[in-house]
Amino acid sequence: MTGKQTLPEASEDLRDVVLDVHDAVKYFRTRRTSLRGERAQVHAVDGISVRLRAGRTLGLVGESGCGKSTLGRLITGLDTPTSGSVQVGAELRDVTAGAGGRVQAVFQDPASALDPRMNVRASVAEALGGVGKAEREQRVDDAFAAVGLPRELGSRYPHQLSGGQQQRVCIARALIARPDLILLDEAVSSLDASLQAQVLDLLERLQRETGTAYVFISHDLRAVRQVSHSMAVMYLGQIVEEAPADAFDRGLLHPYAVALRSTEPGIFQGEEGIERVVLRGEPPSAVNPPPGCRFAPRCPIADDGCVQVAPELAEVSTGHRVRCHKPGELTLTRAVHADSATSGAADLGGEL
Amino acid sequence: MTKPSSAHPRPSPPTAPPTTPTPAPKRSFRWPLRGIVANVAVFLILGYIFLAAFGSFLVPYGPNDVSAGPRLSSPSADHWLGTDALGRDQFSRIIAAARPALLSATYAVLFALLIGTAIGIAAGFLGRLWDGVLSRIVDLLFAIPEYLLAILVLAVMGSGLINASLAIGIVTIPRFARIARGSTIEIAQRAFVDAARLCGRGRLWIVFRHILPNIASPLVIMTAINLSTAEGAYAALSFLGFGVRPPDADYGSMISSSQQYLLTDPWVVAFPSIAFVVLVLAFNLLGDVLRDRLDPHTRTAAGA
Repeated sequence: MTGKQTLPEASEDLRDVVLDVHDAVKYFRTRRTSLRGERAQVHAVDGISVRLRAGRTLGLVGESGCGKSTLGRLITGLDTPTSGSVQVGAELRDVTAGAGGRVQAVFQDPASALDPRMNVRASVAEALGGVGKAEREQRVDDAFAAVGLPRELGSRYPHQLSGGQQQRVCIARALIARPDLILLDEAVSSLDASLQAQVLDLLERLQRETGTAYVFISHDLRAVRQVSHSMAVMYLGQIVEEAPADAFDRGLLHPYAVALRSTEPGIFQGEEGIERVVLRGEPPSAVNPPPGCRFAPRCPIADDGCVQVAPELAEVSTGHRVRCHKPGELTLTRAVHADSATSGAADLGGEL
Repeated sequence: MTKPSSAHPRPSPPTAPPTTPTPAPKRSFRWPLRGIVANVAVFLILGYIFLAAFGSFLVPYGPNDVSAGPRLSSPSADHWLGTDALGRDQFSRIIAAARPALLSATYAVLFALLIGTAIGIAAGFLGRLWDGVLSRIVDLLFAIPEYLLAILVLAVMGSGLINASLAIGIVTIPRFARIARGSTIEIAQRAFVDAARLCGRGRLWIVFRHILPNIASPLVIMTAINLSTAEGAYAALSFLGFGVRPPDADYGSMISSSQQYLLTDPWVVAFPSIAFVVLVLAFNLLGDVLRDRLDPHTRTAAGA
């Protein structure tokens, strides 16, 4: 545990930090396959440390099963870490689900996040447990106004609202207790493109007004990048690259992050010609992660050292950390140049 | 769109309660039930409830009055359904027996609903060790033949309406517990339960505000279906002599005490049997109707 204290940000000041995840680990035990068999452990989250300041957004991306949703449950306190700590709020107390509503969440499917038997006004008011009736009514009205919902919709039931309206109700519920941190777990993934943009704009505006920190989990890089101040890429329970948003735009260093990024068409103007790095195969099992670099079996630039020695998360510039032995050797390349300068990279992509 | 209070996901209950205090006199009263079967079932059950409540004012003879007429007389103008072996008026006794019949089924099912739902929700919501222990107890209860268990309970507690209802209630608990557990597990993994936890709501709030309203439909269906089962079970126990004390009337005991006259004077068995079968049928129809209305998928053959 003490050895991890050497992480660069450990010495930084904790001003405005509202989320401090320190070496969080979450293992799930699998079911016994036979009476004598040992119960294997799924390494869902395997030693993650992140910090987030008030008013900032951390984008968390990775493919399905990389543990990002488990990390989300740890951050909200819905699950407790196997080891390590998750502290939230201005006082950085250990998180427990529901303690004062300091951490709220907006989930992927708004239809399942709202009780079908409860009118949406009652759902929004749920976080106001010890608040008097008059103040509660006022605050619910305010929350409806803040997310742009007409007050008259309050007496409706979720199935009488559209998907976008439902998600606004969820956002109103998350906001109303004035939390320090809101977890957005695939919060716009179930909405269509125009609604996504609306809801993302709404979230950005609310963040400017309230100063709430967001952790935005998604497999959709574009949506995450639009609202995030810093980005973390997860692979098999670990963060492989964490970068400020501008570094994320400028130059990613981890091959997996590059591959992920290259498959997203046109995040920015004039990017259409990027060569795709297509990864072959599935991520290794999280039950027995490979001893060396976890990405090595699928990595286009891995060598013997990568397979044998696990890389540490090392800081390359301020706030930019990468877990790779050969950071920056695979970069985003433009397809228009592929015939000449970067044919080597293209060949590597082809023989995966 | 303009009237949100009536736009409600739940189907309206059989007797529509006026939800809005505003006087709406323009609209004439509309019978809330559609469908012949639903109406027949409700009509029959209301009829039995009426007889159970006011039957004592309607009966032409005292139901236990042995000198009401000659023994084993055929149906006649004096005794519409004849008399039994002790000369008691069958019509009066059949009406008098409606009350224990309804009460026993109601007590038994309410008891099972209350205890079974509590066990099921506890097992489904608390999970882990609670689920393991409670589910095994319920399995154990399920494994014992129902009538054997009921008679065992009655042998310990003594016969009578309340005890018989309790015995039936105990053997019915597992059905409610299983339905409640399964439904609870399904609801508890929905995101709105996590959201309620993040809002600082405790387990009791979640159970009463989120779980119960969402598992109400299958429980209501189970209640209706088990009313008929419990009614049948009570008649069987009464037939065996565990029901209300003689000389009070009871469908089961009336059938059992008259069965020796089945070949010579069949009506003494036939009429109480018909009264009993119609009541069970009415409960069954009600259960079917409720299942069709509340469970559009009809995905579980509840009770099977």
